[in-house]
Amino acid sequence: MAIPAYYVTVGIVTGIYIILALSLNIITGFAGQPNLGHAAFFGIGAYTLAILTTQFGMSFWLALLAAAVASGAVGSILGLISLRVREDFLAITTIGINFVVVSIFLYHPFFGQAFGIGGIPAPSLFGVAFGRTGFLALVAAAVLLVVWVSRRIEGSWFGLALESLREDEAAAEAAGIDTRRFKVIAFTLGTALAGLAGGIYASFMTFISPGDFTFPLSITILCMAVVGGLGTIRGPVAGAVILSLAPEIFRFVMDYRLLVYGGLLVLMMRVQPTGLLGRDSVLVRRWQRLIAHRRRPLSAS
Amino acid sequence: MLAQQFVSGIVIGGVYALIAMGLTLVYGVLRILHVAHAAVYATGAYVGLITFQRTDNLWLGLAAAAVFCGLFGVMIHRFVYGPLLDQPRIVPLIASIGLFIFSQDFLRLLFGPYAMSFPASVPFGLLELGDAVIPGRQVFILAVTAVLLALTWYVVGRTRLGLAWTAVSQDAETAVAMGVNVPRVVAFNFLFGSSIAAIAGILVGMHYNSVYPAMGEMPAYKMLAVVVLGGLGSVPGTVVAAFLLGLVETLLVGFAGFVLPRDAIAFVALIAILLLRPEGLFGRSDA
Repeated sequence: MAIPAYYVTVGIVTGIYIILALSLNIITGFAGQPNLGHAAFFGIGAYTLAILTTQFGMSFWLALLAAAVASGAVGSILGLISLRVREDFLAITTIGINFVVVSIFLYHPFFGQAFGIGGIPAPSLFGVAFGRTGFLALVAAAVLLVVWVSRRIEGSWFGLALESLREDEAAAEAAGIDTRRFKVIAFTLGTALAGLAGGIYASFMTFISPGDFTFPLSITILCMAVVGGLGTIRGPVAGAVILSLAPEIFRFVMDYRLLVYGGLLVLMMRVQPTGLLGRDSVLVRRWQRLIAHRRRPLSAS
Repeated sequence: MLAQQFVSGIVIGGVYALIAMGLTLVYGVLRILHVAHAAVYATGAYVGLITFQRTDNLWLGLAAAAVFCGLFGVMIHRFVYGPLLDQPRIVPLIASIGLFIFSQDFLRLLFGPYAMSFPASVPFGLLELGDAVIPGRQVFILAVTAVLLALTWYVVGRTRLGLAWTAVSQDAETAVAMGVNVPRVVAFNFLFGSSIAAIAGILVGMHYNSVYPAMGEMPAYKMLAVVVLGGLGSVPGTVVAAFLLGLVETLLVGFAGFVLPRDAIAFVALIAILLLRPEGLFGRSDA
């Protein structure tokens, strides 16, 4: 098992992005609620784990759970806000939350201000501390967990309720669906998973600072989910993989990252708002037609 | 000292009002939160500064920025918002944020990441008002702001175009039925709002003596807070909210050693207002 360290690191970072894109997808894709401050919840998870492990000596696993719970708790408050503030105003509220959370990290001595928090320990299992490969396994397990949760949602009554909420809230309510409850659950779940990703990130980096969780990261996450295709599982996963690997493969893109992301967002909104692999996107329709063509001769004979 | 802070708050508030005006005008007729407006504002600062560096004429800089950004604004509507109007409201918002990030990074690549100084001299000297000594630059900024706000008041309140704008913002369908040329109103809207934002960019560049690529970042979202505070699509409400925010920020930070950094105040106010009074401080309850 001698994978070069560089690939392992890229794999870990990509995995964390997949978790973030999928967790945002539960809120924005499944339930149709805008969230432009997802990085804040990633940050709440990271800071929770960092503080609990470095200042209170809590074990990694317990702190990771706490990170998800803390992030989900703040997320449920956002869910309650979403009952009153809607659509584009909810979008700016979430931007506001991102700015406020980051400025609290930056301003309050408890959170280490601009210096951030360092010396965050790695997790250990049966007395053996995780190395890079261990982290890769941990991230892979977390990705699987999030994919599993997303699939469960897709096939459940909860998923159907979220879909009806996304398509037409008034009609969903008229059909007797408790949209308020489902909105809050979607926000809580999505932000808790972002908090989980934050906890893993903090431990992997061993050092975090407020700059890691600012608004541009929220945009990056959104961009991944949107480019891939909101509301599906394959979409955000593909988006996260493409957009986190592209700057690694095309090094020259690194310096133009925000230019590319911004341009992509505009282009996608103009050309294909449902994303590359979203519902009835051009690519998916082509693929389905291709498969249909292949099958036809069989069914005819 | 208090008077000094007060003047500083008025200067900031006036500039906020100029930037937020364009957002209010756009929101009034299109119901789009025009985040990319802040990119127009930063671009205005650069166009003004570059023109000033080449010609050594501040007035020429102001004019060039206003014309360039006015056209920029019209293009944004023509190529980005126009085709997205029948999509869910989140689609143009994401496109707007994308455009903002794109433009901001474009400025960084074009002019470099560092702050450039704005060494313009102004035709005003120190002004002493009671205990407050106001530097010439601030006098200049206040004067330009006052002229532009008066111009806005005149255009929106006293011209046929302003009347058409009000009609469209109150009820677009009826306005169309009454023969209002909506595309013309919208185009004018972007032209006017963007030119004013460009001049605001120059004023801010002069006020802090620095022009840098990310200068639009805070205004981009803070101005949304001002527009919401002002009651969404209300021109006088926006002006009042802008001055209020400018004063509160300056005074709280200057004196109280407030528990939050300056830039967070607008967002805390925004969230509180959206929760407690979604129609804004000065909005009608049906808005």
